[in-house]
Amino acid sequence: MRKHRPTIRDHSAEANLFARRAFVGFVFVTILVAVLLSNLYTIQVDDHQDYQTRSNDNRIKVIPIAPNRGLIYDRNGVLLAENKPVYNLEVIPEEVDDLDASLSALTQFIDISEQQKNDFLDDIKHNRRFKSQVLKARLNEQEVARFSVNQHKFPGFSIEARLARYYPFADTLTHALGYVAKLNKKELAQLEAQEQGTNYRATHDIGKLGIEKYYEQLLHGQVGSQRVEVNNRGRVIRTLSMTPPQPGNDLVLTLDVGLQQIAQHALKDMRGAVIVMDAKDGGVLALYSNPSYDPNLFVHGISSKNYKALLNPDRPLINRTTQGRYAPASTVKPHMAVLALEEGLVTEQTSMWDPGFFQIPNVDHKWRDWKRWGHGHVDVYKAIEESCDTYFYDVSYRLGITKISDFMAQFGYGDLTGIDIHEETTAILPSKEWKEGRFKESWWRGDTISVGIGQGYWTATPLQIANAMNILVNRGVNHPPHLVQVVKKDNDVTQINNEEKPPVILKDPRHWQVALDAMHNTVQKTSGTAHRAFKGTNYDSAGKTGTAQIVSIAQGERYDAKSLKERQRDNTIYVGFAPYEDPRIVVSVVLENNHGGVQIARQLMDYYFAANPVNLARNNTP
Amino acid sequence: MTSLHDGRSIWMRMHLDLPLLLALLLMMAGSVTVVYSASGQDPAMMIRHITRMGGAVLGMIILAQFSPATLKRLVIPLYCVGLLMLVGVLLFGVSSKGAQRWLDLGITRFQPAELMKIAVPMMVAWYIGRNHLPPRALHLVVGFTIVMVPTLLIKEQPDLGTSILIASSGIFVLFLSGLSWRLIGFFSALVALAAWPFWHYGMHDYQKQRVLTLFNPESDPLGSGYHIIQSKIAIGSGGIEGKGWLQGTQSQLEFLPERHTDFIFSVLSEEFGLFGVCVLLSMYLFIIGRGLYIAVNAQDAFGKLLAGALTLTFFVYVFVNIGMVSGLLPVVGVPLPLISYGGTSMVTLMAGFGIIMSIATDKRMLLK
Repeated sequence: MRKHRPTIRDHSAEANLFARRAFVGFVFVTILVAVLLSNLYTIQVDDHQDYQTRSNDNRIKVIPIAPNRGLIYDRNGVLLAENKPVYNLEVIPEEVDDLDASLSALTQFIDISEQQKNDFLDDIKHNRRFKSQVLKARLNEQEVARFSVNQHKFPGFSIEARLARYYPFADTLTHALGYVAKLNKKELAQLEAQEQGTNYRATHDIGKLGIEKYYEQLLHGQVGSQRVEVNNRGRVIRTLSMTPPQPGNDLVLTLDVGLQQIAQHALKDMRGAVIVMDAKDGGVLALYSNPSYDPNLFVHGISSKNYKALLNPDRPLINRTTQGRYAPASTVKPHMAVLALEEGLVTEQTSMWDPGFFQIPNVDHKWRDWKRWGHGHVDVYKAIEESCDTYFYDVSYRLGITKISDFMAQFGYGDLTGIDIHEETTAILPSKEWKEGRFKESWWRGDTISVGIGQGYWTATPLQIANAMNILVNRGVNHPPHLVQVVKKDNDVTQINNEEKPPVILKDPRHWQVALDAMHNTVQKTSGTAHRAFKGTNYDSAGKTGTAQIVSIAQGERYDAKSLKERQRDNTIYVGFAPYEDPRIVVSVVLENNHGGVQIARQLMDYYFAANPVNLARNNTP
Repeated sequence: MTSLHDGRSIWMRMHLDLPLLLALLLMMAGSVTVVYSASGQDPAMMIRHITRMGGAVLGMIILAQFSPATLKRLVIPLYCVGLLMLVGVLLFGVSSKGAQRWLDLGITRFQPAELMKIAVPMMVAWYIGRNHLPPRALHLVVGFTIVMVPTLLIKEQPDLGTSILIASSGIFVLFLSGLSWRLIGFFSALVALAAWPFWHYGMHDYQKQRVLTLFNPESDPLGSGYHIIQSKIAIGSGGIEGKGWLQGTQSQLEFLPERHTDFIFSVLSEEFGLFGVCVLLSMYLFIIGRGLYIAVNAQDAFGKLLAGALTLTFFVYVFVNIGMVSGLLPVVGVPLPLISYGGTSMVTLMAGFGIIMSIATDKRMLLK
């Protein structure tokens, strides 16, 4: 073909042309290689640190490890809140050869409901196959044992343990201890706001009530972490390093679980509350509200059926010791007497005539004494011993509400006691300002009369009643109530809650003695209202009874418990202390629509003063 | 002198270019090393990879035995068969992953595009080489048509990567044949001018967005940008010295996509650092230099143009692949030549080197 062409090819010129072009091509190649290289230099050298960090962010994940929650003990070292392992049967789907066969074979050893099985199969579908899924939560010990023996038959199935809170005394301490339950989104947001979010990364439960809530920060501890290498699907390849978590602080309470049990046993099915306080330091020895409930129900999420059962008219969820508002009734008479003496309205020697009722001059209304025919001649001692209402109607009428209100406020009425649980109410100490604020109405003289016997607008919690009495028996020294006495961390022991509040100072300190002596007589004299119940004790106690009307009795009618519905019967209160000479404990018992508080107080004091404190067995072995 | 001459003649008689052969074998040894790491130390994959490389080397040696004269006789049938098969692919092809690239030949599946990677530069080189260099306008138009028909057919499959490689192999022939610089400038300007209105009026917003994402992967870190971001992290975290063989966390923990095929350069960069990158690029430069040297010294225009075009096309693989994994170019499926795991591209590349060796040794036989 080429031979027929007329022109002659200049091969050397073509070769030169080609060589030049090949050279240009090589220069281009070199330039482009330089471009690649300079870009790679930027990535690998200039930006190396940045990419190094991003590479590590890709592969290194920090897995938080939950700290062990601090334990809670009573004053004698009895464990009240502990962490018990719960055993879950978990499955790693990708390690199972034949899931259906394994599941049906498993039923010989462990009961698995259809519901559990379906939930589990659903979980598998929505998660990675190498991720462990719970098949059955909270296995019992037999199930754990039966499965463990046969585990080799179930590759991919394993029992995983996690610590969960357990309250061995169940409903005996609920209102004091509270409980922990699953951390919710709202709480998590709060923790984030307090920059505690990281610390709770691995935490399941948080204190919801009582001590568990109040001391959450101390009990929780510090989260630990594990640095692991993961692949692109998030699967852990190996552990790189580990920082162990710091367990929470242990708490030693002022409570005595023995007294709690006595209180619980004594109250049986009555609605009411018991407080026992250490008169020396304000430590609460017993804080019991009845009816109670088992806090363990809440730890793993209470069923709606169980929860509905708790919403009954007896209101077990209410902490009656600190949230129950009761008229303090005659238990305030000793305080009123002290105030009357201080104000010079009465003296130890003066007495008045009680016809069985009190009338404001020129007013028809009669305020009746509980004793229909009256107490006759009454002095300040007799007024307290026999709980004469007329005497205090008169005194309070003459004092006026402002003096009463100001004085009683110093004993903690109308204010939070500051006890270390959040479930507390101030209740109501009435005053002119309070009434105007509350009802937009001015204070009537008549309003003061029933306040004089701790009724009318006046309400108080059983803890406030005990606390007010504690200040009285300490002659004005104020040891506020508290539940935790010691925080323990390893071998460090810290005393807390031992501060005092400002004392109540009298112009004449001898007036304390009048009230104390009168309360002593209440128990010691045969005419005293608490005499019978305290017969034959080996300790010397004193106290004051109280009875509060729930419905007002019409003028000219009489109270008759039998004719009234249960919920309309009187509440009764007893507040006492012992030993009389050097008080060590103060007890208050409040019973709703029932009586017998004095007997319960005696049982508690008997237990306390028993020569050999019994080491009580737990009522619920873990 | 005689012994040296004899030594050379052994390789010449075997139609092999020793420097090129050694460089290729060295690259393959490197490939085994990196693929072993990138496959997650999978022995089955290693056996397949080494077998394929052995087959590719054998294919190269066989092709090297064909003289350029024989190759010239095969040009037209090869090109026509290839073209027919490309049309066949579009009509009766087998689809896989949304692209229709394979012809089912009963026994095996075959990608006609791979054949065209060799046939197109051969055809253009033969056509242009028949006439004077530099080519006249008519020859250029015909040559350009020879390139563009298969290119467009392949782009329809769609296979953008391969069509770029085939187009460039043909255009390199035209360039090497002495296409005037004025024409080169004119065409470049034309492409640039056409791109402007196309961008503004010819594309939908979502298409523009897609293109922008290709150039700025960080704007879409979970979608199409993910591969490039992970690749850059792998390269960047390798630093100067690299993390060490089998120690690359991006690749070993599978954050890198396609780690043993298209993104194998990232594995190499992560584990051997900038140092390894420089070694690799030097090897490529050596191979390209050697290929162009052979081309310059080839006996006739056909040999020069074909060897030159195949060599420069080899560089296009290198540039597009490395540019893509390091974020300079958009992602198109082009493997890293001689290193990536994968049969067909390795076989085609080695066939190309077989032809280059045939051209290299042909000259020397004539000189004797």
